[in-house]
Amino acid sequence: MTTTTLSRRKFLKQSGVIVASFSLAGPAAIAQQARAPLPGGLNNNRMLDGWIRINANGRVTIHTGKCEIGQGILTALAQIAADELDVAYERIDMVSADTARTPDEGMTAGSLSVEGSGTALRFACAEVRGMLLAAAAQKLNIAVDKLSVADGAISASPTRLTYWDLAKDLNLKREATAVAKPKPASQHKVIGKSMPRRDFPAKVSGGAAFVQDMRLPGMVFGRVVRPPSYRAQLVSVDEAAAKAMPGVVAVMRDGSFIAVAAEREEQAIKAAQALRASAKWNETPDLSPSGAALYEHLKKMPSRDSVIKSVTPVNASGGKVTSVEAEYTRPFQAHGSIGPSCAVAQLKDGKYTVWTHSQGVFPLRTDLAKALKTPIANVTCTHVESSGCYGHNGADDAACDAALLARATNGRPVKLQWMREDEFGWEPFGSAMVIKMQAQLDEAKNIVNWQHETWSHPHSTRPTSNPAGSFVLGGWHLADPVPAAVPNNSPQPSGAADRNAVPLYDFPRQNILLHYLTDMPVRTSALRTLGAYANVFALESFIDEAALAAGVDPVEFRLRHMKNPRARAVIELAAQKSNWKPNSKGNGAGNESKGRGIAFAQYKNLACYCAVVADVTVDRAGNVKVTRAVSTVDAGLAVNPDGIINQIEGGIIQSASWTLKEQVKFDRQRITTRSWADYPIFTFNDVPAVEVHIINMPNERSLGVGEGSQGPTVAAIANAIANATGKRARDLPFTAEKIRQLTA
Amino acid sequence: MPDYTLRVNGVSRTVRTDADTPLLYVLRNDLEMNGAKFGCGLAQCGACTVHIDGRAARSCVTPVSSLAGKNVTTLEGIGTLDKLHPLQKAFLDEQAAQCGYCTNGMIMSAKALLDANPKPTEAQIKTALAGNLCRCGSHNRIVRAVQRAASAANVAKGA
Ligand code: FES
Ligand code: FES
Repeated sequence: MTTTTLSRRKFLKQSGVIVASFSLAGPAAIAQQARAPLPGGLNNNRMLDGWIRINANGRVTIHTGKCEIGQGILTALAQIAADELDVAYERIDMVSADTARTPDEGMTAGSLSVEGSGTALRFACAEVRGMLLAAAAQKLNIAVDKLSVADGAISASPTRLTYWDLAKDLNLKREATAVAKPKPASQHKVIGKSMPRRDFPAKVSGGAAFVQDMRLPGMVFGRVVRPPSYRAQLVSVDEAAAKAMPGVVAVMRDGSFIAVAAEREEQAIKAAQALRASAKWNETPDLSPSGAALYEHLKKMPSRDSVIKSVTPVNASGGKVTSVEAEYTRPFQAHGSIGPSCAVAQLKDGKYTVWTHSQGVFPLRTDLAKALKTPIANVTCTHVESSGCYGHNGADDAACDAALLARATNGRPVKLQWMREDEFGWEPFGSAMVIKMQAQLDEAKNIVNWQHETWSHPHSTRPTSNPAGSFVLGGWHLADPVPAAVPNNSPQPSGAADRNAVPLYDFPRQNILLHYLTDMPVRTSALRTLGAYANVFALESFIDEAALAAGVDPVEFRLRHMKNPRARAVIELAAQKSNWKPNSKGNGAGNESKGRGIAFAQYKNLACYCAVVADVTVDRAGNVKVTRAVSTVDAGLAVNPDGIINQIEGGIIQSASWTLKEQVKFDRQRITTRSWADYPIFTFNDVPAVEVHIINMPNERSLGVGEGSQGPTVAAIANAIANATGKRARDLPFTAEKIRQLTA
Repeated sequence: MPDYTLRVNGVSRTVRTDADTPLLYVLRNDLEMNGAKFGCGLAQCGACTVHIDGRAARSCVTPVSSLAGKNVTTLEGIGTLDKLHPLQKAFLDEQAAQCGYCTNGMIMSAKALLDANPKPTEAQIKTALAGNLCRCGSHNRIVRAVQRAASAANVAKGA
């Protein structure tokens, strides 16, 4: 991997060529080069039996390395398998994300699962269907094209054979070839239908659905006692007193890591409280300043600077230009999963088995093995669902805590759940960011020069983010610690801190810069969309500011600068569905001023295209209410339309909550956000009415939607506030106090 | 540790635990029920909601010793997979969740509302559920599910 690192002054001067900053070929990709590339997740997991089992009992088992995190992926993948294999949807059983049983598809993240696992399954299932038909043809001594198949029954009058009859002799222990073509959209029966989620019946009726619901024979309950601040060192703790408490099975202390196991859950909680009360720590005030000072601090921190993209037009037009510039800020924000992180772990005969809601059981296994100082072969990780995670929450850390504690429980499995304060205090937050935007308009009121400059901490400190370190918390606190290492920013085109900093608009001169702040006084990692939420906030707010400077309607101004036909289509449809009126103005400051704003993004410039039109009201006290959001999305071939709507709608509501309410609080020493009282989020009375319109593109490949709407939503709200009040909000979140000051 | 006898979903159950043990842990661990969820333990999120004598209550802050002679109803007690409660069915029909971790609290709080007010307005539903947090953004679907369940029940009653 090559990055261009320059001093700030140097890269501001650099121009002239597109800088291809990164090579895409990692070590795995290089190793694969000898073999023909296969589509999607098949490329790294080439054996057919790794994906598909046809069982003699009439069931089909599909294995995927991706996991259910509330986004409906297992339902969508089962739909794909049913159609490509020509079997009833009800016959499909899904096995997901298990280091012992499924393909290694890395993380379930980045809205990539339908593209990666879905594409793999389309090709693998088409191939297996072909093999079954060929086997039937041979048995029946009849040409393959004389056969037809429905729900696994192969007909060739007068005889009939089924997949289940053929299962015994079917050998799937071979590499996929991807020669068999998946079906065209016209032949889809289940793909494209809004199939109900497979996991919901258990969830509405009290069935076991989550890792929190696991109960193993002999299981004990665990809690962890985290330090009061990130880098605090344990001086002393009264282990003996805790050990003597009722029901306590084990107290574990290793360096600054403390955990306790007990027969009953409330006993573990009480023992953890006692340990916390008796623990003495050495702490230093080493956090960044908070509030407005945070952003000045970020801009002064040591950084790895790079030019993400630089374009200079061949024929730069002369003439008079109008310049605009603005700076946007976003605080640290939390995942705030409703269910605190949890894991079950057992150590038996030197082997760890860990049930976890990690988004990446394979990477987790690698980093767990480091923290546990045991060979990888001794660790098995199985995904079990939990509450929605929205990125890298405490899942991996809880898995490590449980595994460490399992050393002390004599082979008994331990279920360890974080308390609410552990989750808020220790989850890695979405990074605070500063984004400075500059643009120039020519005399025709078109943007001729565009600069986007982002300051940000890392957005992925997940397991295996840097092979030199380990990214599970427990290991950092051990007497013989296994520390993290500085993670690299992911390369474009998806990027991480710079995600969506590159505009999809056709601005002739562009300069996209990143200051990557590798010191992390506050722990950060992947929060849904990574840097895209803030980058789109800045980009799409600023294009509205430029439109205002140009005196052009924001929809028209966007379309003027956008050639991409699919992007244009979602913007145009959003304008139409929301009944957008060109150049309409809000009614200014009043008891309740009303405004409307639009914004657009193609997530990562690779996944779905999404536009959002937000309507807001702003009262005299500065309270902003989002009353309605109309959105449009092009996700290519829509596998499960209701699933897409659910993701886009949920993303809008979550993003609106981030935008109006959310900010992690801390002093110079400690994270002070510890409960929902410190971190208000949207409740029912805050939530806007949401409309989602899908532009189905049956002949295009499916594009991820899980992170499609968050960027457009924040900017649409900011634009609506500006439309309503005539004042531009650039500092998230848009609390009543800030809006009151802005409009005073 | 003393014994406590409580009625859960119409069945009398005896557990041995401390007086201040939250009902949530008794339900989840002693009685092995999954419905009520741990979300905060602070009465802030509603994930642990059950009914005590027909009223919605937060089991994470309800000591087991306070339940003598009271009837506890959980998600498991209002319907089963074969015989879903109209709210459970409506949540499926509306696909009113993403991760489903908040679902228990939403259904149990909505049931308390519908039991008291069978024809709530949208605003009444939102207010009744305002203390239940959902992080996935399933709110609008949840409101529609409650409306659907209300009208189904009212149709059934001929109201
Ligand atoms: S767990 Fe009881 S209210 Fe949150
Ligand atoms: S559906 Fe996930 S918290 Fe509500």
